[in-house]
Amino acid sequence: MRFDRRLISHFDWILLLLILALLCVGVLAVYSATYDAGERVSPWALRQISWVVLGLVGMVAAFAVDYRRLEHWVYPLYGVSLFLLLLVPICGSFGGGARRWIDLGFFSLQPSELAKVALLLVLARYFHTSAPPQGYGMRELLYPVCLFVLPAGLVLAEPNLGTAIILGLIFLSLVFTAGIRLSTLGAATVVGVGVLPLLWQHMKPYQRERVLSFLHPDADPLGTGYHMIQSKITVGSGMLWGKGFLQGTQNRLDFLPEKHTDFVFAVLAEEWGFVGAVTVLVLYGALLARLLSIAWKARDQFGALLAVGAASVVFWQVFINIGMNLGILPVVGVPLPLLSYGGSSLLTMMVTLGLALNVSTRRFLF
Amino acid sequence: MREPQRLVLDPPDPHPLYQTRLGVVSGVVFFVLLLLLLRLWQLQVVEGEAFRALSENNRIRLKRTPPLRGVIYDRHGRVLVDNRPAFNVVLVPEDTPDVRASLAALSRYMVENVTFTDGVLPRDPRRPAYEGVVIAKDVTWSTLAAVEAHQFDIPGVSVEVSTKRYYPAGALAAHLLGYVGEVSPRELARLPGYRMGDLIGKFGLERRMESYLRGKGGGQQIEVDALGKRLRVLGEVEARAGKSLVLSLDRELQQKAEEALAGHEGALVVLDVWTGEVLALASRPGFDPNVFARGIRTQEWHALLSDPLRPLNNRAIQGQYPPGSTFKVIMAVAALEKGVVTPATRFFCGGGLPFGGRVFRCWKKGGHGSVDLRQAIAQSCDVYFYQVGQRLGITAIAEYARLFGLGRPTGIDLDHEASGIIPDPAWKKSRLGAPWYAGETLSVVIGQGYVTATPLQMAVAAAAVANGGTVYRPHVVKRVLSDEGDTILAFQPEVISETGVKAHTLRLIREGMVDVVNGPRGTGKKAQLADIVVAGKTGTSQVIAGTRGKGTALPRQYRDHAWFIAFAPADAPQVAVACLLEHAGQGGGAAAAPVVREVLDAYFNITLGEKRGSHAVRQEAHLAF
Repeated sequence: MRFDRRLISHFDWILLLLILALLCVGVLAVYSATYDAGERVSPWALRQISWVVLGLVGMVAAFAVDYRRLEHWVYPLYGVSLFLLLLVPICGSFGGGARRWIDLGFFSLQPSELAKVALLLVLARYFHTSAPPQGYGMRELLYPVCLFVLPAGLVLAEPNLGTAIILGLIFLSLVFTAGIRLSTLGAATVVGVGVLPLLWQHMKPYQRERVLSFLHPDADPLGTGYHMIQSKITVGSGMLWGKGFLQGTQNRLDFLPEKHTDFVFAVLAEEWGFVGAVTVLVLYGALLARLLSIAWKARDQFGALLAVGAASVVFWQVFINIGMNLGILPVVGVPLPLLSYGGSSLLTMMVTLGLALNVSTRRFLF
Repeated sequence: MREPQRLVLDPPDPHPLYQTRLGVVSGVVFFVLLLLLLRLWQLQVVEGEAFRALSENNRIRLKRTPPLRGVIYDRHGRVLVDNRPAFNVVLVPEDTPDVRASLAALSRYMVENVTFTDGVLPRDPRRPAYEGVVIAKDVTWSTLAAVEAHQFDIPGVSVEVSTKRYYPAGALAAHLLGYVGEVSPRELARLPGYRMGDLIGKFGLERRMESYLRGKGGGQQIEVDALGKRLRVLGEVEARAGKSLVLSLDRELQQKAEEALAGHEGALVVLDVWTGEVLALASRPGFDPNVFARGIRTQEWHALLSDPLRPLNNRAIQGQYPPGSTFKVIMAVAALEKGVVTPATRFFCGGGLPFGGRVFRCWKKGGHGSVDLRQAIAQSCDVYFYQVGQRLGITAIAEYARLFGLGRPTGIDLDHEASGIIPDPAWKKSRLGAPWYAGETLSVVIGQGYVTATPLQMAVAAAAVANGGTVYRPHVVKRVLSDEGDTILAFQPEVISETGVKAHTLRLIREGMVDVVNGPRGTGKKAQLADIVVAGKTGTSQVIAGTRGKGTALPRQYRDHAWFIAFAPADAPQVAVACLLEHAGQGGGAAAAPVVREVLDAYFNITLGEKRGSHAVRQEAHLAF
């Protein structure tokens, strides 16, 4: 295969720079969140750097092959991701009362993270190949709903409510942009509201507690209620300019759970203050704007949907994670894209963004 | 291979609908980011000052209160497992200006000779801020008084009350009650709702009934001032005590059973024949669960694990032994039900039966002469049963053994129950890859060869013979009580299976078993009681071939096991007993029958005492029943 020089001239450097900037912020934040005066270098930060390297490899791989060729690989990939999800209850390893990981020795794989890319690809392909002129109605949506329910159900059973919600939001975002009929959307909303109590009944007690403690923070002052208050104190105490790198007292004294993963934003907001937190928000805003503009300018619908999908993965995780850190959303385990510690989530995120780079760079190629 | 590609010079215009929707999406994204930004402004700029103040003094702390574990009572409300207060000396490093000085001062007031390891001094990264480090656990009263009195000299040090699991009767029923320990990392990963340092049931009922016994932890969210003094309670969750258990066990009978087993290794089970309730379940040697409650030392743990007599093993449900001649009870049932013999059928025993080129010996060298079924049971004639075995065949033997609950766990409410083995050709093929030989059938019919059973399984089988053929699931827990003492769950007798054996058949078997204990030539006469007719069956199972009757001349591990199964009173059965003495070196009649006699005697004395209205035994009762 010949190397096409236009891959360089049309390369989306802005998107890449935004990604790299956020990755740097992430490594610093993880370093700070796991910093221990007794040790020289936080092993978590070192591992995070190795995940970044792994993620860059994944991103290059997702970029290298023309995305239109990927269409043929979508279903096998989706199948592999379902297979991995099925393996979790059989040979997965436990953590915190749930089975979510497959231990590969050097790396604990979280198949629910991979399911995000797989779902995004399979839905983009489906909506690309079948586009009814009047938009999608109930009947046309039956098949994509099945594509969504299979992985989402397995993820929910782990139990992993956070990722299942993200899968649902990716699905809704793609369905919306691909062109669901407004009447169908309205009907689905009504049904959805009706199903909510049923979902409530099937939630695990601890999941219910979390939602309840969000609605009434006084109800569980020891568990999630405590985390929420501490998270707000952590963010708020950063004030305008922050306490300085490695100077966060809330962070140092371990008032936050999971501070290198789910609550990394609070650590960041404490140490870098409003200025730093807004900078991160602006970076996310720029990243999202770039992704949506790629969708706008993409040369075909498959590419456009891939970009929209990538944007939806970033957007919903940013919203839910930061919303949780700021005490406006309940505590659910959703990592912050490119910032939170974690190999599987970082790899998935970067592969997804690699696809967006792919679409962006190849929009003039033929 | 490249696909032909369409020639496109400019990107095509996206679908208009599509553009509209992308616009909507962009709007939503912008709106949400703006919302997050406003919230950041509110928290960090508008209310930032207040949050900064809160964070600087770390003013909000959590104080957890572990739940009180449920109590375990015996059937009459006597306490078997309880909790007792324990006082720990705790240091909060953040609350003292000089940790070393505080510790030095503390050591002057403590009676216990505590060496403070350096590990206490630097901050353990896993310890949340302001959480105390336990310096000394379970201190004496004098230390407690000294530390309390000198609070001002030792800043940062305080005394904390906790509870310890307490087994008032020490090793009594230790295998059944089990023990507790700190939750392990493995359990922590697997079970939601546990945190490091929590107690969890590790063995026995403590483990099996963990979800009832544990209760729910509570705690307080407290606002403190800069010195760590509490200002006010912001939120509180009361700890909820665990549920208590009422067992079917009779503490007094259990005591007698363990006394009767003294000097042996083995197990003894007493069941109520009409309900499957376990009245006593003893295993020797044992251990003292209090050792676990106070925190077992590594040395002690290794000593328990490496003891060749394996004291942690619950032999009553985990020990699998060849049942020996006790198995003949079930074989006699099979013989009558399958019609291979009648009560009048007689076989001649000359001390052995030639079969397949070798002689299968009877335990009695001179032979029993001509015996019928009743005599064959009473005198435990092997040759009679060799004849029966030949006529039954291995398939019918296995069928009846399984009918009486052998070859699979009984389903008692305890973990780690063994299943025993009831061999048949299919089993041998899959386990050993070899065909079944007819000679092996003759070993199995007298309870030797591959067949094994647990003492509990033999008690269940004896109970089924006694009650007319019903196999009950044995159970230990009768009721679960709420923390107010109300019954919230009661376990009813559960029938595993009806054997469907004819009443007539069982009557004949019982007659044979009565003769074992009361007949002139019975093998179990040492189980006789003065005023109650006991029905029983002895068993002596060989550990290795050709050693039968060699007794204590052999090294321990080669000596025979002694069995005795019984029920009483024979005409109106109440209880069934199975007793196994590991490597007793004597026959069941000589070694195990007297043990069972002692336990049955105790049982009838206790029940007689209760009937006479003497409530002496209930005086200790803690609950109103």
